[in-house]
Amino acid sequence: MFDICELLEPATLREAKEMLKADPGLRVIAGGTDVLIRLQHGSLGGSSLLSLRRIKELEAIRLLGDGTLEVGAMAPFTRIFEDPLVRERCMILAEASVSMGGPQIRNVATIGGNICNGAVSADSASTLFALDALLKLETLDDERIIPIADFYAGPGKVNLRPGELLTAVLLPREGYEGAGGHYIKYAMRKAMDIATLGCAAVARVEEGRFLDLRIGLGVAAPVPIRCTEAEGWAKGREVSIETIREVAALAVKPSRARTSWRASKEYREHLIEVLVMRAVAEAVKRAGDCCAD
Amino acid sequence: MRKLSFTVNGKAHLLEIDARESLLEVLRDRLEYTGVKQGCAVGECGACTVLIDGTPVNSCIYLAAWAEGKDIRTVEGLAVDGRLSPVQEAFVEEGAIQCGFCTPGLVLSTTAMVESGRTFTRDEVRRELSGHLCRCTGYQKIVDAAERALQEAKQGAE
Amino acid sequence: MDHNVVGKSVRRLDAIAKVTGRAKYTDDFHERDMLVGKVLRSPHAHARITRIDTAKAKALPGVVAVITAADLPTIRFATAGHPWSLDPGHRDVEDRLILADKARFVGDAVAAVVAEDALTAEKALHLIDVEWEVLPHVLTAEDAMKEGAPVIHEFRPNNVVSSFGVQFGDVEAEMAGADHVFEGDYETGIVQHCHIESMSAFAYVDTDGRVVVNSSTQIPHIVRRIVAQALGLPWGRVKVIKPYIGGGFGNKQDVCVEPLAAAMSLAAHGRPVRYCLTREEVFIDTRTRHAMKLHLKTAVSREGVLKGIHVQVLSNTGAYASHGHSIAMSAGGKFRPLYDFKAVKYEPKTVYTNLPVAGAMRGYGTPQIFFALESHLDDIARKLGMDPVELRLKNLIKVGHQDPLTRNVVRSFGIPECIRKGMEAIRWEEKRAALGAQDGPRRKGLGMALFAYASGTHPVALELAGARIVMNQDGSVTLQVGATEIGQGSDTVFAQIVAEVLGLPMDMVNVMTTQDTDVSPWDSGAYASRQTFVTGIAVRKAAMEVRDKVLEVAARRTGLRPDEMELRDRRVVEAALGREVCTLEDVAMDAYYDRLLAAPITSDTSANVRINAMSYGATFVEVDVDVETGKVEVSEIWNVHDSGTIINPRLAEGQVHGGVSMALGYALLEQMLFDAQTGKPLNNNLLDYKLPTLLDTPEINAAFVETFDAAGSFGAKSLGECPVISPAPAVRNAVLDATGVAFHRIPLYPQAVFEKFRETGLIKQRSVEHV
Repeated sequence: MFDICELLEPATLREAKEMLKADPGLRVIAGGTDVLIRLQHGSLGGSSLLSLRRIKELEAIRLLGDGTLEVGAMAPFTRIFEDPLVRERCMILAEASVSMGGPQIRNVATIGGNICNGAVSADSASTLFALDALLKLETLDDERIIPIADFYAGPGKVNLRPGELLTAVLLPREGYEGAGGHYIKYAMRKAMDIATLGCAAVARVEEGRFLDLRIGLGVAAPVPIRCTEAEGWAKGREVSIETIREVAALAVKPSRARTSWRASKEYREHLIEVLVMRAVAEAVKRAGDCCAD
Repeated sequence: MRKLSFTVNGKAHLLEIDARESLLEVLRDRLEYTGVKQGCAVGECGACTVLIDGTPVNSCIYLAAWAEGKDIRTVEGLAVDGRLSPVQEAFVEEGAIQCGFCTPGLVLSTTAMVESGRTFTRDEVRRELSGHLCRCTGYQKIVDAAERALQEAKQGAE
Repeated sequence: MDHNVVGKSVRRLDAIAKVTGRAKYTDDFHERDMLVGKVLRSPHAHARITRIDTAKAKALPGVVAVITAADLPTIRFATAGHPWSLDPGHRDVEDRLILADKARFVGDAVAAVVAEDALTAEKALHLIDVEWEVLPHVLTAEDAMKEGAPVIHEFRPNNVVSSFGVQFGDVEAEMAGADHVFEGDYETGIVQHCHIESMSAFAYVDTDGRVVVNSSTQIPHIVRRIVAQALGLPWGRVKVIKPYIGGGFGNKQDVCVEPLAAAMSLAAHGRPVRYCLTREEVFIDTRTRHAMKLHLKTAVSREGVLKGIHVQVLSNTGAYASHGHSIAMSAGGKFRPLYDFKAVKYEPKTVYTNLPVAGAMRGYGTPQIFFALESHLDDIARKLGMDPVELRLKNLIKVGHQDPLTRNVVRSFGIPECIRKGMEAIRWEEKRAALGAQDGPRRKGLGMALFAYASGTHPVALELAGARIVMNQDGSVTLQVGATEIGQGSDTVFAQIVAEVLGLPMDMVNVMTTQDTDVSPWDSGAYASRQTFVTGIAVRKAAMEVRDKVLEVAARRTGLRPDEMELRDRRVVEAALGREVCTLEDVAMDAYYDRLLAAPITSDTSANVRINAMSYGATFVEVDVDVETGKVEVSEIWNVHDSGTIINPRLAEGQVHGGVSMALGYALLEQMLFDAQTGKPLNNNLLDYKLPTLLDTPEINAAFVETFDAAGSFGAKSLGECPVISPAPAVRNAVLDATGVAFHRIPLYPQAVFEKFRETGLIKQRSVEHV
């Protein structure tokens, strides 16, 4: 038995917004693989839950007119991994999705839940950072669209205003088109684990030079980050081992890794360098493949 | 208390449940489907896996209320008229069973694979079953059993 | 020898029950009005309770009882699953109370609540008011032995449970006269069994006033004795039932939850109470595998002959002794019947600390000592410029070897063949030649290690096993044993033995898989890889008695002498002619219904097995080392075993697969971590404790070299624990082969590998430093 007071299960988004407006203290629950675990461990006791699971409209994955790929906040990771639109346009997001938890978890855990719990280790986060993803946040009376980087406020903290729901993740065309990407989840185990470091690289290459490189890191700082200096440095440079090596070295700079029992600061920083090398190299390779088509 | 109407192994149930209950608790404690095992209660071992509309889910971190209108299958529902399902048969024949505690969940995840009608490489089989912890078998004969069941299903379909 | 059933991969008896979900485990039984028990655990590693107030908890609606140490008998008892010893000097350390009077580790149980439901029980725990006097604590064995260290148990003021050791020969003389003396320090981490079923029991007082405990245990008869001792009851006033169990691995060769479950029921006026630990509790308040630090000093001739060895062991047993010093002692006994040392000095110390309690875990001290020894031998081989296989081959004992201390004789010794088979399987020579020197970021290496293990505990402890067979009217039989099926397949193996002796097909041998101490013959239970060997002897003896009785009845029917007949395929056959003289059913019907001579055919016997048989094996492994990230992965692994006759090859393979996977977790991933300042567990859950998932487990290859050991049933020796012993040092040696870096501590998890690679220069300092 979970120590909860009440369970509300709106069938439509509007109903959900109304309920949340009436009681902003409600704890929103999506797939439940985070909230229910925390309840089981004795935290969040006495909460009332607002479950979004009946709102089918939030599960859709579709391509908007301007080429934006819209992933509903309630889309479970298995669905994202298998979705033809995602696989065709944003393979890196499929890759990140299948790295999360184990199959049973992925069958219920949603991308919206993954983002809203604010975990720096969230498997979707570094990839969404690298894709310049936007988040659609709605209240009963209002709607705003913000870059994902503005959403993360601190460990386990996100910028959700009272009464606000994350309804969709938007992947603008400029973020993915013509680009190759690769996500490396570095964890102790290959399934059912949390990342020691998450590293996503998205690259666009033209005539052997970096047109564009974006690197997102999870667990490298209190919130997921982008490696802007490294990215800027790469722009326009020749794609070579030397360039990538330098990019990897620069990628360590914005990190604020810390020592915990899971891994030391030194080790995490070393991993950033190694994994950025590997992720960028693979992203470049895929970018080449994608241009060849 | 609230009403829950769903089917378990093809049988319709209408129950009075508490919103605080997990699906695991309702299946085990109210309906006595004790083949649904609890190993960790927090989605880290997979022993409590059931099929919800054909999809493997950890029932320990799934609110019972969410099962409204759904079709739930547990290991108890696999054998028909006293005959083991092909997946169960494969687990028995390959020696994939030791203490048996993770077996129901693994049999169900394998069943979902077989019923998907898709083909799986050995690596894909391993990935699809990676949400189950087993301490007895080193997974070796479990993967063998799943491959055997998939192969037999494929041959049966041809 | 030609057998009908023995040696065949027959389907395990419980397969159908388990694959259909019908097998009932402890938590699957529901009693009406069952209550739930929960425990209040100490947040401090070491603290005295100055005041404990349960009034508010008791007043909470739905709470039936709240108990603390003050409500229970102050009888200190030992929890280890060993047969009782009539010699007080040979008993396990009696250092435990059902609820602690002083907290000795974070998680020590100090109070219990019995309530109508779990949520209420949890809430009541928060209402118990405890005033603690926090005491200084120690987490390592070294710290615990320091002058002035906090005293954990008053009767052991130096915190040393025992420092009893053994020796033979003159180690000092061997060292003095040796061409080389090599020394090495090795260390192993704390790991946990992680059976997927929790530790669980429920208890009630039956209509006859007796306490009934249904428990997920490997040792029902021992549980009965210990529950009775802890509660101060006559032993016959307790009854223990063991249904199907979801794995044990030694953790359930200990008494962790049963006395408290019984006490909870007694406090609730005999109502049924379930006490099932959460996974987080299983990690902290059951048992772990002892962390050990081992110092090895070995005298070696320049030709590579091992002369003498001096082993010093520091074993951290945590807050209570549990199996205590037995584990360190057991470790010291297993390598002697493998390598032919002229002199051995074994000096173990088992030490109390303020950590969760270490106890029995698959291998019982041998994974630790063989990690040290087999790593040490590779280090020695390197220094001597010898091939590691050659060094080992040079020093093996021979058949007929008698251990000077245990007096056990080695009658079968398949190690040379295991080595040959393993080398061939992994293509040792070819791959090693091909690898050569490597300097890239991904390197491969090959490693190997050997082990030896015993079959049961003789001569250290009593090895008594009971078996009872009843022949039914149709000639089928029902077997009862006190030995426990815990997933390893022992029921099936026993049935095969019976079927072989009685000439029955498997479907005519029933085995009662549930033990009930009122009904089941006495047996100490599943541990020490003893059941196929020890209980197997009892089962075979019982089956032979039945056979003799069958032949007597058949003799009456046919006029032939019993020794002129045999049992084959449900028939009594005249041996000389191979001619059927009657069926087993004819005999059984006579035995039940002959108006004059009816006497159903049964046997109820036991075997006091005063002999042992050494089992052997080798691991051959290939690893991939990602030098840049510190990740080590096993790409190929072979475990080759000499376990005598293999009674059921498929079950035996299953034991090897599971054991190897557990050992790979031990080598590479698993360890329980504690905050050094507070002693609080950091990773007591299945997410943060890195039990290998399917994707972390390589394809595992099992192979056997079948020898025949005359002592065992049909020549069988032990197997259950054997596969966990040698993989860890083999992996470590393979990493040494790949990188030239010698690790001295397991697990070789990425952080540790990274640090070591950086220390040895394999990983350079980062090219760009930032501030």
